[in-house]
Amino acid sequence: MENIGALSILLAFCFAVYAVVASVTGRLKKNSFLIVSGQRAVYSVWLLLTVAAGLLIYSLLTGDFRLAYVAAHTDSSMKTIYKFTAWWGGQEGSLLLWSWLLATYSAVVVFMNRRKFRDMMPWVTSVLMVTETFFLSLIAFVLSPFGILEAGRGNIVEGVGQGLNPLLQYWTMVIHPPMLYLGYVGFTVPFAFAMGSLITKQPGDAWIHTTRRWTIVTWLFQSAGILLGQGWAYAVLGWGGYWAWDPVENASLLPWITATAFLHSVMMQEKKGMMKVWNMVLISGTFFLCIFGTFLTRSGVVSSVHAFAQSPIGKYFVMFLAVGIAATVILILERLKYLKSEARLESVVSRESSFMFNNLILVASCFAVLWGTMFPVISEAVTGEKISVDAPFFNRINIPIGLALIFLTGVGPLIAWRRSSLESLKRAFLIPTLAGVALMVVLAILGAYEHPYALVSFGLCMFVTATVLIEFWKGASAIRAKNGIGFIPAAIELTHRNTRRYGGYLVHMGIVFMFIGYTGAAFNQDVTKEVAPGGSTAVGHYDLKIANVESGENDTYAWQRLAVNVSRNGSSLGMLYPERRLYKASQQPTSEVSIRRRLNEDFYINFAGLSADNKRAVIQAYVFPLVSWIWIGFWVLAFGTIVCLIPNKVRLSYARTQVVGVAEKHATVEN
Amino acid sequence: MNTYWKFGAIVAVIIGVLAWLAMGGVTESKTYYKEIKEVTQMGDRAQGEKLRVNGYVEQGSIVRNGASVSFVLHQTPGMLQKDPVRLAVVYSGIDPLPDTFKDNAQALADGRLGQDGVFRASKVQAKCASKYEAKPQMKTDAKPLTQARS
Repeated sequence: MENIGALSILLAFCFAVYAVVASVTGRLKKNSFLIVSGQRAVYSVWLLLTVAAGLLIYSLLTGDFRLAYVAAHTDSSMKTIYKFTAWWGGQEGSLLLWSWLLATYSAVVVFMNRRKFRDMMPWVTSVLMVTETFFLSLIAFVLSPFGILEAGRGNIVEGVGQGLNPLLQYWTMVIHPPMLYLGYVGFTVPFAFAMGSLITKQPGDAWIHTTRRWTIVTWLFQSAGILLGQGWAYAVLGWGGYWAWDPVENASLLPWITATAFLHSVMMQEKKGMMKVWNMVLISGTFFLCIFGTFLTRSGVVSSVHAFAQSPIGKYFVMFLAVGIAATVILILERLKYLKSEARLESVVSRESSFMFNNLILVASCFAVLWGTMFPVISEAVTGEKISVDAPFFNRINIPIGLALIFLTGVGPLIAWRRSSLESLKRAFLIPTLAGVALMVVLAILGAYEHPYALVSFGLCMFVTATVLIEFWKGASAIRAKNGIGFIPAAIELTHRNTRRYGGYLVHMGIVFMFIGYTGAAFNQDVTKEVAPGGSTAVGHYDLKIANVESGENDTYAWQRLAVNVSRNGSSLGMLYPERRLYKASQQPTSEVSIRRRLNEDFYINFAGLSADNKRAVIQAYVFPLVSWIWIGFWVLAFGTIVCLIPNKVRLSYARTQVVGVAEKHATVEN
Repeated sequence: MNTYWKFGAIVAVIIGVLAWLAMGGVTESKTYYKEIKEVTQMGDRAQGEKLRVNGYVEQGSIVRNGASVSFVLHQTPGMLQKDPVRLAVVYSGIDPLPDTFKDNAQALADGRLGQDGVFRASKVQAKCASKYEAKPQMKTDAKPLTQARS
């Protein structure tokens, strides 16, 4: 069976190479049979990889411990769902997942566009399949997921296996890696279209129109992946953090930042025909950062708490990145004359410039994070000494950047295109500014002045919320007055008329909620105490008392659980049950924290271990204000993104009327 | 051109501020990666800088004393007390030690070396928090049949 799996991967590799060759020669020789055969090769790659993935999953589920991969990542006592997720629990499997997802996306793209873009599609297909070829060469020749343990030499007891790291046996971890991968892999598609349009010298933005929805969906997947990772870290790792600027976390953030910048700057190209080169750079950057992120997490080049293996695949990634980036840069330079801007920047106070500042700040943040992540590598190359920077470096730069961004979130959408007069600025921002300042004054009086960043952050969040509410209120009032319907139906009607705009506002609100949650961290409180059963301690305005200690075991782990009585100002809030487990297969202890989640604050208890004499429990108790708003913000963001994807009730056409004469000359070739 | 000059000036200011923040951030948080034997050889220099030391926890060396935890790190895994290349560490940070921190685990300790040669760690990471993989044994790409993992 493993032979069939390995053979499928090998054949898929051959088909991917064939798809590239057939598409390119077919396009150059104008041979449509070859082009079609190239497209069919794409479907074959998908089919073969589906077979390979199916076989790997079957082996994982049935516990075929002859396979090195199965033995290293599952054990027979694991729940079925975790056996399935072991598919992406290790290096080889996750590379197979990458390849399979890319094959799936490619097949969908080829199918959806089978009668469109005759010029461009062969190139799109070949860019997709070149990437596919790279990943398939890794699992076909370097790290096969179907390697067999050498008979008689395997030091793993037959039929047991080593199991999945127990820290990963948590629900968000089931979907976090595939979500991130759906995001990572998805950006290959807009990149392929961008390259296709460059190669075929299409001046317009057909590639942006075609891939707009695609980019938004991919961005949503990536946001979900990052947030699930945060949710997991918060609920599982026992210190209540959700972000530590670890290289692997940074790797997932980098392409997200450039993708966010891209989603904004494409509007400049669609509406004003500006920033065409920049958009090419951003989408290419996003794609290569996705590859780079995979490289960072999979090669062990930078040491990380996630501690992925040192592995032999690093050099292949470096080669792919080097060749890919060089080819892209040359192509963009070669085609510069097709990417001329159709309009000029007219004022520093305009929608255009707010987009540019948004992009500048996002890219600066991306650069700072990249620089900080790679600092050990860079410093070793330059000075010979390996120096790392950690959280304080990232926070110092990214907190001001975050505040600037949230400010632009409020300003950007309301400022006029081309130029804004002082009068219109006053009209649009008077109430939001007053609201923000008022909130800051109140909070400062209440004692928040000790945390100036937090104070500013809350003020800006209020400011943005006010601008968004006013936008909805103004639009909905107009509709209500005209149609005589209620306010809520009017707001829905309004959103339906321009889903991208009002969906975008909802996404902005989601971001504001998340910022509120992140800002709450300035007011965290914690205590670490050794407490005997019956004893008590306190943190913030919470009192906790250990009622009793229970213990037991099951097939997978042995456990010890505290029953903690929580009260606030003398009134009982009920019981919390933090637990410690010792997993048998891996001999790994874990903590199961217990959290009382509320909108204003979370109360969080970790049972960290026993004292030296085994008589007292080491308890860590935390108060995390506002942290729930991060997760609420994500749901609002996801909802807003989905609204953006719904087609408008009436198709809007964006006539580029402001740019007289130029737009007609550069009219899009296909749409 | 005027608009472009204004725009350029604002961009320059933004980049300047960020660069200034970045420089400050680097000075504040830079940490030197050192091997245990390098730390023991660094002498006085070791006491001034923030260091990050990578090592393996000696079997049975983890002792909890109230809020602080002391242990011994070795250059290579599985070494006992007689190994001369060792570093005594005291950790008294706020965050709990990770669950993966245990005997023989690979650990990263951040902190400064004290006058007495004891390393005062402010942060300890254990290198398997989400250990997806065991370290490959030698070259896995040569022969798939030797992919046995320990």
